[in-house]
Amino acid sequence: MSKKTKNSVNNREFAVIAYCFIGLFLCMMAYFAYFEFVKSEDFINNSYNVRQEAFARTVVRGKIYSADGQVLAETQTGTDGKETRVYPYQRLFAHIVGYSSQTKGRSGIEAWANFNLLRSHAFFLEKAMNQLTDTKSPGDNVITTLSVALQQAAYDALGNYNGAAVVLEASTGKALAMVSKPDFDPGSIEENWDWIVADENGDSALLNRASQGLYPPGSTFKIVTALEFIRENPQSYGNYSYTCSGSVQKEDSRLSCFGGNVHGQVDLKRSFAKSCNTSFANIGLSLDPGHFADTCKGLLFQTPLLADKIETVKSSFVLNRDSSVSEVMETAIGQGKTLVTPLHMAMLTAAIANRGILMKPYVIEKTTDYAGNKVKEYAHEPYGEVLSQKEADILQEYMKEVVEDGTGSVLKDAGYDAYGKTGSAEFGANKGDSHAWFVGYAKKEGKPDIAVAVIMEGAGAGSSHAAPAAKQIFDAYFRE
Amino acid sequence: MGSIFCEISRYLMIIVFALYTWSSFAVFGVKSKDRQEHMLRRQARWIFLLHLDGYLVLLVRTQNKKLLLFYAAQAVFFLCIISGYKLLYEKSAQLLSNHMCMLMAIGFLMLSRLSYEKAVRQFTIAAGSMIFAMGIPYLIKKIRFIRRLGLLYAAAGLCALAAVSVLGAVSYGAKISFTIAKVSIQPTEFVKILFVFFVASMFCQSVSVKRIALTTGVAAAHVMILVFSKDLGGALIFFVVYLTMLYVATKNPFYFLGGLACGSAAAAVAYRLFSHVRVRVMAWQDPVSVIEKEGYQICQSLFAIGTGGWFGVGLYRGMPEKIPVVEQDFVFSAIAEEMGGIFAICLIMVCMSCFLMFLNIAMQLKDGFYKLVALGLGTTYGFQVFLTIGGVMKFIPSTGVTLPLVSYGGSSFFGTVILFAIIQGFYILRETKHGQGGRERE
Repeated sequence: MSKKTKNSVNNREFAVIAYCFIGLFLCMMAYFAYFEFVKSEDFINNSYNVRQEAFARTVVRGKIYSADGQVLAETQTGTDGKETRVYPYQRLFAHIVGYSSQTKGRSGIEAWANFNLLRSHAFFLEKAMNQLTDTKSPGDNVITTLSVALQQAAYDALGNYNGAAVVLEASTGKALAMVSKPDFDPGSIEENWDWIVADENGDSALLNRASQGLYPPGSTFKIVTALEFIRENPQSYGNYSYTCSGSVQKEDSRLSCFGGNVHGQVDLKRSFAKSCNTSFANIGLSLDPGHFADTCKGLLFQTPLLADKIETVKSSFVLNRDSSVSEVMETAIGQGKTLVTPLHMAMLTAAIANRGILMKPYVIEKTTDYAGNKVKEYAHEPYGEVLSQKEADILQEYMKEVVEDGTGSVLKDAGYDAYGKTGSAEFGANKGDSHAWFVGYAKKEGKPDIAVAVIMEGAGAGSSHAAPAAKQIFDAYFRE
Repeated sequence: MGSIFCEISRYLMIIVFALYTWSSFAVFGVKSKDRQEHMLRRQARWIFLLHLDGYLVLLVRTQNKKLLLFYAAQAVFFLCIISGYKLLYEKSAQLLSNHMCMLMAIGFLMLSRLSYEKAVRQFTIAAGSMIFAMGIPYLIKKIRFIRRLGLLYAAAGLCALAAVSVLGAVSYGAKISFTIAKVSIQPTEFVKILFVFFVASMFCQSVSVKRIALTTGVAAAHVMILVFSKDLGGALIFFVVYLTMLYVATKNPFYFLGGLACGSAAAAVAYRLFSHVRVRVMAWQDPVSVIEKEGYQICQSLFAIGTGGWFGVGLYRGMPEKIPVVEQDFVFSAIAEEMGGIFAICLIMVCMSCFLMFLNIAMQLKDGFYKLVALGLGTTYGFQVFLTIGGVMKFIPSTGVTLPLVSYGGSSFFGTVILFAIIQGFYILRETKHGQGGRERE
């Protein structure tokens, strides 16, 4: 007995070491399981993972659905076993759903969710049986947040103009519609590839303008300038006053109001509603460029948009203490070097509608196995508070005024409450050529608020083109 | 027909390996010695079944007839190891020889799939080293002065390490090998064993402050040379093994904790000083952000593990060759990809079972020197497994060490076989001493 006790005392350190190592190994195994169960799905869905291609050998690519259950893309297998990717809505979802081709690669959701579509979460015995009989298993389906009706409305609203329209649900960040024109037919991408990429018109039809097209924001940027003015003058912004004479001359640069309008005496709200360029240029000159740049950074300029799965580019805002007077004035009215994507503008609008909280935009609601059992759900996720509740309230009031007595009056008395800001962004060398912009949101009891951004390239004034287009989208949404 | 067989085999191999793993733990719960032996014999049969099934799948997939002969040679080889130990040393630990064969079988299987030439090479080395290793238990019984060599071990070890650090060839950023007569040798794999003998021989006589200071100084020299050669994995193994042995010999946990604190401080300094350390850490924290370069290897490894999932994609159905150095440091990822996550977890558990067996033997030994050597070798093995597997799955930063007995690499293989043989020798010694009185309860 005593010998045994002695032995166990001698061995206490050995036991400690053994337990330490058992602990290490168990942690390692737990991490392995955690990786396999939780993290691997996202991790392996990476374009560097060449293994993706191998999956097509054993899996029939899954379907892509709209939020209301319409098939947006599916693979049909012919009697000879040949697989064809079919897009029932043809051009309608060309950019956001994208294309998938053996030879030409993938774009849009077809690319972002490539791995999900090529995975099969069918019951494993079923898959095993399929492999034994050399049949392909059905891949997982992707359920998007997109609405066919809204996509169609936005598509029609753009008409024959090139441009983009984005519709977001303000409280969640769900992308309900994303249209980009010019478009293409994803179903015949292989046959038309050479013609599309030859790009003789220089219109880059493959580019998704909604999330990757960079445009001067024009007067829609006055939302940001106004916010900066309020931030720098929290007590006195209400007392601002300016007399517009139609144009302003500072040093050797000249700037006029759109369409030769003269607005007379205006305060901040009225400058905003009437989109008075001279007044905003005046405001711009009073602002601290460094602080302005910080505000823009907080609003995701010069920063990745962190949209889940959606490919985006950074918007740019360039202003510092060395900027010239003309640059400062131009920047304040959304010209200058500032460039934005329609998605970004829709996000900012949604944040204002959502009282300052910006939600990360997303387009994939969930993935399911072929029978409809959920595999993974993508919950909405806040990016953070990009402006204060109070600031959002003031901007809401201003954007209301644009509709009530300003450039967005086409949306007045539409049967829902609309808020917005128009823009006519000059581009190119020709004075007078401008893209028509509208950003805004609308609310009505019983439906979640939606935010839209519409841009129509070279259409002219935002008030006469983009605002009516936005109205068509809002109408379609609240009619449903 | 062939593809049906491969599909069934995919699950069969997982089931067989799971049963094997289960029995390697269950055997300790069995009291009767006869039943234990019965279980271990059955366990040995699982090895042959798994090995046969795996090679049949390779044969179906490649139609390479040479594999048949290669398989037969391996099967005979395993039979020789298992029966050889039983025959030569009646009291040998069959669980240990089973594990050794199982790990080799998995290694040969995966290597044959990755590169037939390398598998054949590895097998040749394996055969040679096993013949050598068979004699080791006998040597341990006969040669008594090994406990008194002390600093001689360290001198030999340090010379070898210094030589490689000066003359060695650089591979993957670290100087770890040199080539004699076309054979590339990694001395670190053998110096690890010398080092354990050195520390044990120092501490089995006395643990006076003076002696601890001397031993620590010499141990630090080992670690410094390895850090200088940029062999971080090797340095870490020496460090941890030394701390463990110091703690057990002195029974003072403060040595261990203090050493750990010093080590952490040194690691922090190394992080600031050396860019290759920062690169490893960066590739560990967010490999995707540096996927083009530093994170490429670990990303490919995780793609392999993740794509394989729990059941694996099947032999020849994955793309393990996309992982750089897959046969050596990243063989675990290849196994996880093609044979599945369950298989990989079982593999970890078998390695853990080896480690526990080593410590178990260390605890049962009476002789202080043998005890320390068994502990040191066990820790060397266990920590190396932890470093390599933890590294490839991004649990810890990757340090570039091999998975003993499974990875390709002659020196590593030879070193590990010697390590197993020494512990086997200790076990035989102990069993023989206890003699006819039967085994003590464990």
